[in-house]
Amino acid sequence: MKPIKKLMLSAFCLSLFLGCKNENAEGASVEADKPAATETTERTGQAFIEDDGSTPNVLQIAIGSPDHTTLVAAVQAAQLENALVNAGPLMVFAPTNEAFAALPEGTVEDLLKPENKDALANILKYHVTPGNYSKDFLKKFKKLGQANNGYVQVEVVDGEPIVGGAKILASIPAGNGIVHVIDKVLLPPTE
Amino acid sequence: MMKNKFKLSIGLMVAALAFTGCNNSSQTSNKGALGSSAAEKVFVAPGEHDSHYAFLSGGYSGNLTVYGLPSGRMFKEIPVFSQFPTNGYGYSEETKPMLETSFGFVPWDDSHHPDISQTNGELDGRWVFINGNNTPRIARISLTSFETEEIIEVPNSAGNHSSSFITENTEYVVAGTRFSVPVPQRDMSIKDYKGNFKGALTFISVDPEHGHMDIKFQVLMPGFNYDLSHPGRGKSHGWFFFTTYNTEEANSLLEVNASQNDKDFIAAINWKKIEEYVNNGGGTMMPANYAHNLHDEATHTATSTMKKEVRVVNPSEVPGAVYLLPTPKSPHGCDVDPSGEYIVGNGKLSANLTVHSFTKMLDAIENKKFDGDAYGIPILNFEDVLAGSVQQPGLGPLHTEFDGQGNAYTTFFISSEVVKWKLGTWEVLDRKPTYYSVGHLTIPGGNSRKPFGKYMFAMNKITKDRYLPTGPEMEHSAQLYDISGDKMEILLDFPTHGEPHYAAAIPAEIIKSKSKKIYRLDENEHPRKAISEADTKVVRDGKNVHIYMNMIRSHFTPDNIEGVKVGDKVFFHITNLEQDFDVPHGFAMIGARNAELLVSPGQTRTLTWEPQQVGVWPFYCTDFCSALHQEMQGYVRVSPADSDIELSWSLGE
Repeated sequence: MKPIKKLMLSAFCLSLFLGCKNENAEGASVEADKPAATETTERTGQAFIEDDGSTPNVLQIAIGSPDHTTLVAAVQAAQLENALVNAGPLMVFAPTNEAFAALPEGTVEDLLKPENKDALANILKYHVTPGNYSKDFLKKFKKLGQANNGYVQVEVVDGEPIVGGAKILASIPAGNGIVHVIDKVLLPPTE
Repeated sequence: MMKNKFKLSIGLMVAALAFTGCNNSSQTSNKGALGSSAAEKVFVAPGEHDSHYAFLSGGYSGNLTVYGLPSGRMFKEIPVFSQFPTNGYGYSEETKPMLETSFGFVPWDDSHHPDISQTNGELDGRWVFINGNNTPRIARISLTSFETEEIIEVPNSAGNHSSSFITENTEYVVAGTRFSVPVPQRDMSIKDYKGNFKGALTFISVDPEHGHMDIKFQVLMPGFNYDLSHPGRGKSHGWFFFTTYNTEEANSLLEVNASQNDKDFIAAINWKKIEEYVNNGGGTMMPANYAHNLHDEATHTATSTMKKEVRVVNPSEVPGAVYLLPTPKSPHGCDVDPSGEYIVGNGKLSANLTVHSFTKMLDAIENKKFDGDAYGIPILNFEDVLAGSVQQPGLGPLHTEFDGQGNAYTTFFISSEVVKWKLGTWEVLDRKPTYYSVGHLTIPGGNSRKPFGKYMFAMNKITKDRYLPTGPEMEHSAQLYDISGDKMEILLDFPTHGEPHYAAAIPAEIIKSKSKKIYRLDENEHPRKAISEADTKVVRDGKNVHIYMNMIRSHFTPDNIEGVKVGDKVFFHITNLEQDFDVPHGFAMIGARNAELLVSPGQTRTLTWEPQQVGVWPFYCTDFCSALHQEMQGYVRVSPADSDIELSWSLGE
């Protein structure tokens, strides 16, 4: 936040100077109220708080994992960071890089394009459940209601929960929920 | 806070520079530079007044706080359900009865949803009501004295959450139970919940002159959870709407078991119909036990009465009075637009907002288009009552308010934002982030027929880095937005006290001129008042010693008292003789094990003190009242229990 503030302050001072020099009070007013009245929405919010003391949240866990660079890139492209750091509780099914790589060629590149932001967000939200359940506990469910408003099926195969066809490889408790690492990307059923 | 300071300093710099640096430019351009800045929009110059009052619930503080908008300054904390050492509420003998319940003295609660009284669907600013969530109670607070005047306990209820909302002429304040419970309470297995527990929706009548509350009837609904409610208004006046969840009637692990049904219900209650039924002798009086506590402004004293029965109505007794409207995914907020046509149900696990149409509901009822029933209550078809839905506006929708211009504003907990959308077209018009994880939002009058749509504020559950850190526990944050334009503009970030769940706000001019300045001494009917020096005395009644005392700048009468003994129970009945605005006096007695007092001008309050130790013990005024405040003191001589020193009292001898 600090560098941003400094930047805003210097930009602001500059605008004042220009405003004065040109005797252009109208221009000064337009420039002056910008930093005071608007907030940038893209890179502010809970995701950008510095906090070394708390248990890492689901987003920080994903960011810290070398196996999830694709997922993190996707979350950033879809600007979903703040949704993942909420009080939740949130259960994130986190496909590995390998799982993304197993998608048909070009799929990930396509989804990361700015024009496909909504489609990407829909897929990512399909990986998020409001809740916090251990792998074992998930066997109690037949389906989970996901953040994109869809449902994902849960089956039990050989005593293991299979979520939307994906196997849970590992589970990491987070400060605001839990991350289940899965071996497949969950694709929402098309309507 | 940092950010605001930053903004404020920028605002000041603009002002300073504009006045000094660019002084040769015209006056209008200076005004223009300030005209659109957030700092100017929230700046209330020293000595000036805010334009709106806001009454924020205190959540786990059990109280209600009074703020000014747009400044975000807190003016007062009004004690409601909790003891308040600041002024002795719940400690003084006069106020202790306010906190009596069927469980005994319960001096705390969890206050949630303030709502201001209405006339013809518009805020009239007479009273604000608020619910105690934990030990079910409804309180009425006067907006002339800004004191809690009345508290009524709600029997057959538990987790009094879908409360305390007002019908459009304040005919009723309505209190719905969150938990269903056995009615009447009895010893039974929790496993037998389904079909046996009931959800009581309580309609408390409000006397139009004095505001006195009385339970008119309770509707005993199926054992769902009743989450929030709002009255119909305008065309839907006479109806009340409640969101439900756990229509599965689960009794354990609700986060799984209460989310099995794709849809729960909004229950629509035709209370006028039930009222008519009850007025004609309908319903059943059942034995009950609940407290009704009333503070009398003339005697300055509260009384607590236990009421022994309550009228209950089974919905099946009154055909056509209750219907269920299917609503997706555990709806939380239940909000009715100013016209009364749209009923918004916010499924907290849904990404969409569901809006029902009152007209379509009536039509479906008239044509008997039912999709089965639940315990005899007709269920309407979702498609038949649906007005529209706002598609994927955000994550975790909770509550909606209205600006009176055809727009609605909904909070989203998970995505931390307020989304503005249009009634009728259901299109999203704007979205602004909140900091962080917003619960309720408030527009002054935003749940009435006439919202005053200039400001909206969002009350957040999580503060994190918004202010200077104060350890693990932080006050909650709120953000104020200007909603007068097409886009919302964030103006201010301010801390709130306790855990505000909801707030009611009102233009200041409606109430500020009616705010009481003093209690008139000639209207004081306290049985132990002492309104002149001649009235002051000390009277022994066995072990009880009553001290009739008064206070004026800057002494107590009497100020020397002898003849009190260890083992006595001493009652200081203290009248504040001041008749001057904002000159309360305090009273503190060394070793008093309950509290101290704050006594308003013209008021009488009683503090109880049980002296334990022989000696000469001082008391003094705790409120810096005057230039000679430090002289405002006195002594009580405490003698051994077997002493034969007679009572005596004096001033200036």
